[in-house]
Amino acid sequence: MISFFIQRLLQAVLVVVAMSMLVFVGVYAIGNPIDVMIDPASSQALRESLIQRYGFDRPLYAQYFIFMGNLLQGDMGESFIYRLPVFGLIFSRLPATLELAVSAMLIATLLGIPLGIWAGYKPDAVSSKVIMGVSVLGFSVPTFWVGLLLIMGFAVELRWLPSGGRGPVTELLGMKLSIGSWEGLSHLVLPAFNLALFKLGLLIRLARAGTVEVMSSDYVRFARAQGLSESKVLGLHVLKNISIPIVTVFGLEFGSTLAFAVVTETVFNWPGMGKLIIDSITVLDRPVMVAYLVLVVVLFVLINFVVDLIYGQLDPRIRIKAAQ
Amino acid sequence: MSLALETRWSRLANFWADYRQSRVAVVALVVIAIVILAAVLAPLITPQDPYNQATLDLAAARLMPGEIGPGGYVHWLGTDAAGRDVFSAILYGLRTSLLVGVLAGTLALMLGGVVGLLAAYYGGRLEAVIMRVIDLQLSLPAILLALVLIALLGQGLPQLVAALALAQYAYFARTAHGAASAERNKDYIEAALSTPLPAMRVLFRHLLPNALPPLIVVATVQVANSIALEATLSFLGLGLPLTQPSLGSLISNGFQFLLSGRYWISIYPGIALMLTVVAINLVGDQVRYVLNPRRSR
Repeated sequence: MISFFIQRLLQAVLVVVAMSMLVFVGVYAIGNPIDVMIDPASSQALRESLIQRYGFDRPLYAQYFIFMGNLLQGDMGESFIYRLPVFGLIFSRLPATLELAVSAMLIATLLGIPLGIWAGYKPDAVSSKVIMGVSVLGFSVPTFWVGLLLIMGFAVELRWLPSGGRGPVTELLGMKLSIGSWEGLSHLVLPAFNLALFKLGLLIRLARAGTVEVMSSDYVRFARAQGLSESKVLGLHVLKNISIPIVTVFGLEFGSTLAFAVVTETVFNWPGMGKLIIDSITVLDRPVMVAYLVLVVVLFVLINFVVDLIYGQLDPRIRIKAAQ
Repeated sequence: MSLALETRWSRLANFWADYRQSRVAVVALVVIAIVILAAVLAPLITPQDPYNQATLDLAAARLMPGEIGPGGYVHWLGTDAAGRDVFSAILYGLRTSLLVGVLAGTLALMLGGVVGLLAAYYGGRLEAVIMRVIDLQLSLPAILLALVLIALLGQGLPQLVAALALAQYAYFARTAHGAASAERNKDYIEAALSTPLPAMRVLFRHLLPNALPPLIVVATVQVANSIALEATLSFLGLGLPLTQPSLGSLISNGFQFLLSGRYWISIYPGIALMLTVVAINLVGDQVRYVLNPRRSR
């Protein structure tokens, strides 16, 4: 287990370093940030002093090392636009995005797994066909478009829920969250559901495919022959055996939920990290772009790492194979 | 020669016989045909060229669906804030969306196919490195990669196509690699390799055709994904400008009017987008089902 752990950890660090280089070089290649930062009519002396202050006159590799050195000390530079430390800027937006993503994953799991098991348990029932139809829609219809429909239906026509924004937040566990009040919660419902739809489709399909496979296996037949009730068979044998792919996908998809939050946040005007990155791409705010991308890569690698470990716990065969 | 032609026809006939088992999939195919036809014939069937400034009339702005504008014809789907006929705008937008989707899908298919085949064919260290990169790329969501690439490449049609292709080629590479690896060790490849044929010929004439069916399935789905991704990027303001509109830019353009109840400016382009994407996905699903060799007949 220890060697498995260390091996994966080294791989993860390597990936982060490689990706940070790629991102840095890539973002470096786009345009001169000085042109973004100051008025083109300003004096040459001001330009020079700014170029010197931000180190743009140094060679690329030197800039990268300075960036990495600062990064390791928790300093990701200063936004060209907001003139604030990037780290603080991104982290001030993090709770909003996390809250949205976690709510979406919860909705997707709590709805998706039971629905998927049902569709796999009774594949020919009309209800199962409807469930699968919904999952195809969740899969293929673009998120932003569903968001528009939700706004039109629930905010404009029915007037049940607000059309956007985050509403009031309350301090919970050291973070400013919406779930503390009804008003805040009502702002969260539509965006969270919107973000959940894609994962919902995915989880339904996964749970269904797993259930269909497990239901025809010998141990389910024996469990039934033993006289176990159907709910025990489903809850005990089926759920356990479909859990490995679901945990994997759940873990991996959490990262992509954070990424897709970019879209939902724009549609619902949700003040999270996603809106920040879109704004910074449009105005070429280089430090924010680099920091966001590096952060996302770290997050993804971390999630993959944790999923690998959980995987090893759930399925002993993988652990043994890796140890050999 | 005639025998080869005959088997090809009978294979196609078999494929169609299997395909039309699903009525939904047949309807989806018809929808796609109509969409493509409407996009190609757009200049002939639309009452106005929505992007020719001279034909736009501000007096026709924000008409409800079904109202008759100053041009003397019915705006079945209403008009937008600039007096553009929404129906005409949708058909022109479809052209851009389909063009981007098909170009990006094809480019990704070629790039990914070649990368995957090379990895499977040569094996060893090259394969290990390529597949490592592919795996890494697959673990990042396509929307994120596309965002980054757009940020790096800038905006415009060629850049957009390149960004979408680069964000999605990994799916093809993984599929091509999987299919080709399975074929690589079969006898007919060994036999072809023992003849003095150049390796490239074996690779593209013998290995590729046998690795093709799964690639075709991925390609249909990826064209739909490209269209959806392009629409998303345009909606976020990072895709194509309104002077060269796709369905995504049209929806984005109408979004600001949604809250004031003028739903038609963004809802109708959205319905066109949804129909197109869902239809392509349904066709892809059925093709996957028909081509699956493990399917019980």
